[in-house]
Amino acid sequence: MLVELKKICKDYPQGKEMLRVLNEVDLSVEEGEYLAIMGPSGSGKTTLMNVLGFLDLQTSGDYLLNGVSYVEASDNDLAKVRNEEIGFVFQNYYLLPKMSARDNVALPLLYAGVPKKERLARADEALKSVGLEGFEHALPSTLSGGMCQRVAIARAMIAKPKLLLADEPTGALDTVSGSQIMDIFDELNAEGTTIIMITHEPAIAKRAKKTMYIRDGILTAERKEEEEL
Amino acid sequence: MKENIRLSFQGIWSHKMRSFLTMLGIIIGIASIITIVSTIRGTNEQIKQNLIGAGNNAVVVQVYQNDYAMEFQWTQIPEGIKPIDEKMRNHLANIEGAADASLFTSRNYLDGVYYKKTAFNGELYGIDSHYLDIYGYELSYGRGFTDADYERMTKCVLLDQRAASTIFSGANPIGEVLEIRGEPFTVIGVVAMNSSFQPTIESMQDYWMYAETTSGKIFMTNAAWPTVYKYDEPYSVAIQAKTTDDMAKVSQKAGELLTANLIPEELRMSSQISYKGRNLMEDAQQLQQITNSTSQQLIWIASISLLVGGIGVMNIMLVSVTERTREIGLKKAIGARRSRILGQFLTEASVLTTIGGLLGVLAGIIMARLISQFMGIPTAVSVPSIILATAFSMVIGLVFGLLPAVKASKLNPIEALRRE
Ligand SMILES: Nc1ncnc2c1ncn2[C@@H]1O[C@H](COP(=O)(O)OP(=O)(O)O)[C@@H](O)[C@H]1O
Ligand SMILES: [Mg+2]
Repeated sequence: MLVELKKICKDYPQGKEMLRVLNEVDLSVEEGEYLAIMGPSGSGKTTLMNVLGFLDLQTSGDYLLNGVSYVEASDNDLAKVRNEEIGFVFQNYYLLPKMSARDNVALPLLYAGVPKKERLARADEALKSVGLEGFEHALPSTLSGGMCQRVAIARAMIAKPKLLLADEPTGALDTVSGSQIMDIFDELNAEGTTIIMITHEPAIAKRAKKTMYIRDGILTAERKEEEEL
Repeated sequence: MKENIRLSFQGIWSHKMRSFLTMLGIIIGIASIITIVSTIRGTNEQIKQNLIGAGNNAVVVQVYQNDYAMEFQWTQIPEGIKPIDEKMRNHLANIEGAADASLFTSRNYLDGVYYKKTAFNGELYGIDSHYLDIYGYELSYGRGFTDADYERMTKCVLLDQRAASTIFSGANPIGEVLEIRGEPFTVIGVVAMNSSFQPTIESMQDYWMYAETTSGKIFMTNAAWPTVYKYDEPYSVAIQAKTTDDMAKVSQKAGELLTANLIPEELRMSSQISYKGRNLMEDAQQLQQITNSTSQQLIWIASISLLVGGIGVMNIMLVSVTERTREIGLKKAIGARRSRILGQFLTEASVLTTIGGLLGVLAGIIMARLISQFMGIPTAVSVPSIILATAFSMVIGLVFGLLPAVKASKLNPIEALRRE
């Protein structure tokens, strides 16, 4: 089992009380799976992603990645896990505006200590695989939203992580660019990458092999009836 | 690291105006310090060269009682001091750092020296054959002392130019006879200080008190000295050092050597008699102290500018951290360690202040040049002070960049990414 969540709770302080954003979430994801998670805004989707990506620590419950718990891990260890095991794709791409596409893509390898020459060669290759050959030196501001998101995917995948976490990857894109992104996800999944994707759009969720639903911090395999309206 | 430095330059360049204004405090502080230090150094160097070295680096070692040089015109010669012979003179001339040594006697306040009933009140010297060389005198006209003059204790004298003009006011002095304590001495020549040996004191008022105000010098052989003065008068020694910096060391060594060999133990103990060097360096250092202490206050003021500059850097770095929260968050999310973020911001702060420091050094050098050109104050820019100033400005960056950098490195990635 690649990902295993057991009774994960996450509380945030809200005024004097604690707000339970994730409520006893159980989730198992096997290698090679492609899971979409849907839910209304404020239901805890991003929070779940942050826990899955070791950007945030659960309040209680166990999270095993590849059978390993990182509850006690140091800041540097977590940085290493994020760097090597997980690829992140965000709704707003989060590219560094002053860096070329190539340098943006190569960034995770810099943190992994890969020599510059190899870094850049692999970045070019990764850009090619998302159809951006020839845009190596382009600044993000000169690229369309769809292209930016493809650069972000190249960056997420350059260290060849097993797990790709995508938080509304098409949320800021038109349908054509969105479906291009989904094509890339399909390819990645076909090559063996495990994908967990959050989305609002049923059409996008349908591209995944499996869909789950979250509401008020509770994750279920079935959609609640009132949401179908 | 190289990457960080490149990025820092990029960041600084992309906010040219802001970076420049931030650097301004550092630039002004470093520029002032460089200017002040250059001015002190220049002035001190001039004091040292003109006052102490005066081109010849000669220092007088003579008999002292406690801290006062003994004037045998007024005081009795203490019993038991052994005379300095040629062997000892040779020994002194070969002290490490010494170039030559001369034995002489002298009188500063003359009473018994006349030319045709007119009294001369300059200085009188009884010198050996090394003296004139050491002080850079050259024969202007007439002849100098010969070996025969020494052997036969010939009653002849040399005049320096000032003495020649005060006594003879333009007339030819050669062959004229001076009366020294009742004895006739024939003038055989006139000597003048080689121009490169003359102190070139001009601009500084402080130097005036060192200017010669006597009516000149008369030289006789030290062999003829006892014919008019006491025969057992201990010699003073003029030791020439190879460099100005060697003077203190050489004169101290000479003093120790003479005291140990020539002054009996009981005289040393009971009367505190010893040979000592006139410590010109100390005189000069006192003078230098005055420039130093005023400058030190100026440096304090300049340091305040550096402190303000440092705080400015800290402030702008905090702004920068806030502005770049997203960048920091993203970097941490994809695997940057804390130390990397810390390094990035520390590098940026110290690159900023180092550039400021270098600009300050440049401005300081220009200021120093302008000061020496337009105000006539000598300046000397020192390489160590440039290196120190640059290093110091880098340290300012590290110190004042630390807080913002730590703040950046501790940023929580989700907080950072959530901020839109
Ligand atoms: N750091 C936080 N501090 C306090 N409340 C938070 C924090 N992060 C998220 N929340 C709250 O948790 C709830 C779920 O947020 P989120 O996971 O972003 O929802 P979604 O991504 O499904 O829209 C929201 O009510 C949000 O206000
Ligand atoms: Mg969200």
